[in-house]
Amino acid sequence: MTCVEAIQGYALRSIGIGERLLPREDFTLCQQITLIGSGVLWNIYFGLLALVIGFFIANAVAVAKASPRYWLRKPAEWFILVFRGSPLFIQFFLAYFIFLSMKQAGILPFLTAAQAGALIVLILNTAAYSGEIFFGALRTVPRGDLEAADAYGLTGWSRFRRITWPTTMRLAWPAYTNEAIFLFHATTLVFFSGFPAQRQQGDALYYANYFADKTFNPFVPYPIVAGYFILLTLAIIGLFNLMNRRLNRHMPQEARRIRYRPQLIR
Amino acid sequence: MKKLLLTAAAAAVAASAALAGSHSVVRMGTEGAYPPYNFINDSGEVDGFEREVGDELCARAELTCEWVTNDWDSIIPNLTSGNYDTIIAGMSITDERDEVIDFTQDYYPATASRYMAMSEGVDLEGGVIAAQSNTIQSAYIAETGAVLLEFATPDETIAAVLNGEADAVFADADFLLPKAEESGDLMLVGEPVPLGGGVGMGIRETDGELKAKFDAAITSMKEDGTLNELLIKWFGDDQPTY
Amino acid sequence: MFSFCTEPDALGAFQWFACYFTTGVHLNLYWSLGTVLILLAITAPVSLAFGFLGAMASRSRILPLSLLGKTYTSMVRGVPDIVFFLFFVIALDQALEWTKHQIVCPDWTEPIRQGANFLVCPEAKIPLGASPQVVHEIYGFFVAVFTFSIVFGAFAANVLYGAMRAVPRAQMETAEAYGMTPRQSFWRILVPQMWIYALPGLSNLWMILIKATPLLFILGIEDIVYWARELGSSKSARFFDYPHGDWRLWYFLGLLVFYLAFTRVSEIALDRITKRLSHGQNFAGGGA
Repeated sequence: MTCVEAIQGYALRSIGIGERLLPREDFTLCQQITLIGSGVLWNIYFGLLALVIGFFIANAVAVAKASPRYWLRKPAEWFILVFRGSPLFIQFFLAYFIFLSMKQAGILPFLTAAQAGALIVLILNTAAYSGEIFFGALRTVPRGDLEAADAYGLTGWSRFRRITWPTTMRLAWPAYTNEAIFLFHATTLVFFSGFPAQRQQGDALYYANYFADKTFNPFVPYPIVAGYFILLTLAIIGLFNLMNRRLNRHMPQEARRIRYRPQLIR
Repeated sequence: MKKLLLTAAAAAVAASAALAGSHSVVRMGTEGAYPPYNFINDSGEVDGFEREVGDELCARAELTCEWVTNDWDSIIPNLTSGNYDTIIAGMSITDERDEVIDFTQDYYPATASRYMAMSEGVDLEGGVIAAQSNTIQSAYIAETGAVLLEFATPDETIAAVLNGEADAVFADADFLLPKAEESGDLMLVGEPVPLGGGVGMGIRETDGELKAKFDAAITSMKEDGTLNELLIKWFGDDQPTY
Repeated sequence: MFSFCTEPDALGAFQWFACYFTTGVHLNLYWSLGTVLILLAITAPVSLAFGFLGAMASRSRILPLSLLGKTYTSMVRGVPDIVFFLFFVIALDQALEWTKHQIVCPDWTEPIRQGANFLVCPEAKIPLGASPQVVHEIYGFFVAVFTFSIVFGAFAANVLYGAMRAVPRAQMETAEAYGMTPRQSFWRILVPQMWIYALPGLSNLWMILIKATPLLFILGIEDIVYWARELGSSKSARFFDYPHGDWRLWYFLGLLVFYLAFTRVSEIALDRITKRLSHGQNFAGGGA
C-alpha cells in the first residue's frame, strides 16, 4: 500500500469514510500517521464542543457560586466539588453505567454512544473546572472598576455585562488557557475507560492502541499521538493568545502577553 | 512495562535444582479474567483450568513456576520484553501471533467461537456485536457486515448484551457456555464459527529449550489422559478431548 | 476470615457480606489502597525535586541547559499523561536493562533486539528472573513512581519557575546590593521566598496527582481501579464461593466517594497551610 493509498483509505476512517477494514499486515509508518491523525478528529470534536458549550455553563456556575442566595450557591458548590474532586476516569465509567440504565428505562437511549455521552461528561467536567476559575476571577475584579461603574450609574445586568464580566474574562484567561489544554488531553480517556468504540471508529489513542497491539511495538504509535497533541497544544495556545491580546487591548503593553499564573491550573 | 498485577503462590516443585541457568524460575503470565480458563478466585489467587494444567506441566518438566497476571492488551509485548517467560491465558494459536512469538503444541483442542444473545433471531450479520478488543473474535467480526463494539475485558462484552448495548457477543464457546447456562436471559445463537488453531502456551522465539520442555510435558499429559480429565473437570462432559 | 464463613451459601445477608468483604481478593483491594497512598507519599517529594531541577535549568544562563529545562517542561506538558505512561515505562525498563547489560555482560555477542524481542543477558534482567514476585512488584512500583515523578515534575517545574519570577525584583536587587553572589542570593533570598508564591500552584498539583492515580493500572500496579473492576465483575456460582451479578457500579461509586473525601480533606488541609504561610505577607491572599 502506497502512502497516497493510505491517506485516501484512512484519512477519514474515524468517522466512517474510506476503507472499512483497518490495516491488518505490513503496517507502514504512513498508515499509522494517517489513521492516528484521523482519530485526532474525534479529539478535536470532543475538545472543541465541550469547550464551547462548557464555557457558557461555566459562566452560569461561577455566577451561581458567587451568589448570596443559598439555593443558588449550594448546588454550584456541590457541582464543582463532585466534578473537580474525582478523577475523570471514574466519571466516565460511572456515566456510562448511568446512561446504560437510562437506556434500559427508555430515556435518551443515544447517550450510551461516546459521541453524545462522553461529550456530556466532558462538558460538565470542564464547566466545573472553568466555573471555579471564573469564580476566582470574579472575586478579584478590582473594587475600583465596580465603583467606577456605580459612579456611571450602571447597575444590575448592564453593569455585569459591560464591566464585571469582561474584567473577569481578562483575569481568568491565562488559567482558562491551561484548562483548555487539559481538556483536550482529557479527550484521550473517552475510549480508554467506559465508552466502547463502534465500528472501530475511535480517537487517536484508540488507533495507537490498535497499532501497538498489532505491531507489538509501542515506540512508534504512541509517540505519533504525542506529536499530534503537541501540535494541538501549540494551536490552542496560539488561539488563546490572540484572544488574550484582544481582551487586554486597553491595557499597557506588558499585560498583553499571556503570563503563566501558577495559582490556577487544573 | 511491568504489568505484574498479582502475587500468586509459587508452584513449588521438589527437585528443581537441575535447571537451565536462565530459567530457575519460570514466570507464567496469565490474564486472570477469563473463567474457566483462568481467573482470580475468592482468596486472590490465580485459579482455573490453566492454573491446574500449568502447575502439572511445571511439575512434569521439573520447573519451578510462578504465576503473574497481566492485562490482555499488553500480554504479548510483556512476554517479548522478558517480564515473564510464558503466556498461558487461553490464547489461540494464530499465524499473526506466531510471527512474533512461538507456541507450544495445543493443550486445548481447537474449538469454535459462538454468538450469545438475549433472543433467537438476532441479526448476526448486520447487528451490533460485542467482542473483546485484540482477539481473534474481534478481528473476525470486523470482517463481517456486523457493527463491531469493542471492550477491554471479556466481562464487559457480556454486560453489553445484557443491557442492550449490543445485540450479541462473540467469544470462545467455552467462555460463553457457563454464562448462558447460568443466566436465564442469555442463549447461544447462530452456528459455531471455527477460529484459530487451539490454545497453546506462548513462549519467546528464542526460548527453544523451554518450549521443548513444555511440549514434552503436554505430550505426556495427553498420553496418560490427565489432560482430558482436567478438560472435563473444567469444561463439562461435552468438551471435546484428545 | 470469620469462623462462620465456611458455608457461604447458608449465611444470612449480614454475615454473607461480612464474609464477602473479608475474602482474600478484598484484602488485596484494601492493600492496593495502601499502595496508592504510599505512591503519592513518595511521588510528591520526588516530583518536587524534579520540578526544582527543571525550574533551575530553565532559569540557567547556560543556553543548552535552559533549552533542556524548557523542552522538558513544555514537552511533557504538551502530551496527555496517559499517552506518556503507555510507552515511557517500557522504554524506561528497557533502558535500565540495556545499561545494566552493557556493564554486566560486555562479552555478550547476540543482538539485544531480535525482531520484537528485547533480550539482554539473564544476569542483566531487572530484577533477576529468579527473584521472588515481591521483588518484581517493588521494582514495578518504583518504575511507576519514577514515571509519575517525571510527568508531575514537569508541572512542578512550571509552577516553581513562575514562583521564582514572582519574587519581587527589589528583593534580589537588595541582595545584590549587600554584595551577595548570584548563587548566594538564589539560595538565601529567592528560594526561601518563592514557596509562598508556589504554594497555590503546588496544592493544585497535589490534587491533580491524586486524581491521576486511577491511571496507575496502565503502569502495571495493582491499583484500586484494577481491583474494583475485577471484584465488581459478575461472578458465577460455578467457580466462586460468593457469586454475584455485575456490581461494578457499586465498587466504582465507592471509589468516587474515596476520591471525593480524599481531595476534600487535602483541600481543607492545604487551605490551612496557605493561610498560615501567607500570614503577614503583603499580597492579596495574605492575612492582615
